[in-house]
Amino acid sequence: MPDATGLELLAADLGDAATDTVYFRNRATLEIDPTRVREVLAALRGRGYSFLASLHGVDYFPEEPRLGVHYELLDMARVDRITVKLRLETASPEVDSVTPEWPTADHQEREVYDMFGVVFNGHPDLRRILMPEDYEGHPQRRDFPVGGEPVIFTRDERKWLEEPSEPV
Amino acid sequence: MEVKREPVRPVDADRLRVRELNAHQLLRGSELEGPNRPAHLEGEELERYVEERVLTTTLDSAVAWARSNAFFPLAFGLACCAMEQFHTAGPRMDIGRFGFEAFRASPRQADLIILAGRVSIKMAPIIRRLYDQMLEPKWAISMGACCSSMGVFNNYALVPADKFMPIDVHVPGCPPRPEALMHGILKLRDLVQDNPGPGWRGRYDAAGTEEQP
Repeated sequence: MPDATGLELLAADLGDAATDTVYFRNRATLEIDPTRVREVLAALRGRGYSFLASLHGVDYFPEEPRLGVHYELLDMARVDRITVKLRLETASPEVDSVTPEWPTADHQEREVYDMFGVVFNGHPDLRRILMPEDYEGHPQRRDFPVGGEPVIFTRDERKWLEEPSEPV
Repeated sequence: MEVKREPVRPVDADRLRVRELNAHQLLRGSELEGPNRPAHLEGEELERYVEERVLTTTLDSAVAWARSNAFFPLAFGLACCAMEQFHTAGPRMDIGRFGFEAFRASPRQADLIILAGRVSIKMAPIIRRLYDQMLEPKWAISMGACCSSMGVFNNYALVPADKFMPIDVHVPGCPPRPEALMHGILKLRDLVQDNPGPGWRGRYDAAGTEEQP
């Protein structure tokens, strides 16, 4: 069964909180205004999507607005899924936290904050979860350097001595 | 090849005993009396006689030899390399043949740490603390590509072991087979037999890096 039949009707009910609907390979996606995420998720919960299966961050580099947060909702009675997406500017990546209503979002929002630098307003304990607390930067952003430490292998030793700035 | 087992003949046994006694007497500077009195040895013959029968060594070398043949590794695994490390201690590879089978659960009792796996930035201080808790003389083996050069996980999360602690032997591989780890440990045994000095700060010119209270 395809997901979220009646997606357009759903979006119409949400009014201008929903900016777009995408239906791709039996997957329903609702794109929303980031300032109204709590309202939208509450409305979807009222329609049976009562389980937040996942919350994750995305970096759409080089598109703007660059950062995104996805909420995967599940209606366990009808086995129906819907994805809610929102986009955020890199300059001020702030969005309301949904942790008060969906406690499962707690650690996942912390991870998105850790990896992408999205700030969730109203989160009870927003700090890094995977990286050390004194770590600088948000490593899953696409403009974060891919390589970690340059390694001096014996075979490259001479090259390093001649051009130390050149990473191997 | 056919192996022949022959009982030791009494004559040979006697001869062996006589030679042993002669050597004792020689070292004491006196000589045996009676029919078993050895022929008088002088010069080159005497040199050879003593060389054949006496082993001299220094206490340091003897200690280094004993130490190098009885590492107490720390029972410590970080990732997938640890599986190979277990097998090194298992019956097939049996590291106990060399005397390294006593894996210790406490760093206070261990003198060898095998970093088996990838070291994340968050894990590094903990490993460093374990290493600092080990008593001198102590050694470290970096096992596998990840903790030597970060291997396939060369990204933001990992740090090579050389950045935060001294490593004596690097074992390459992803993961290295138990034979490779065993080879690494035997290389370390050779290193220790050469008596490189008890402290790692001495070995790696790191004097002055002691943590101040």
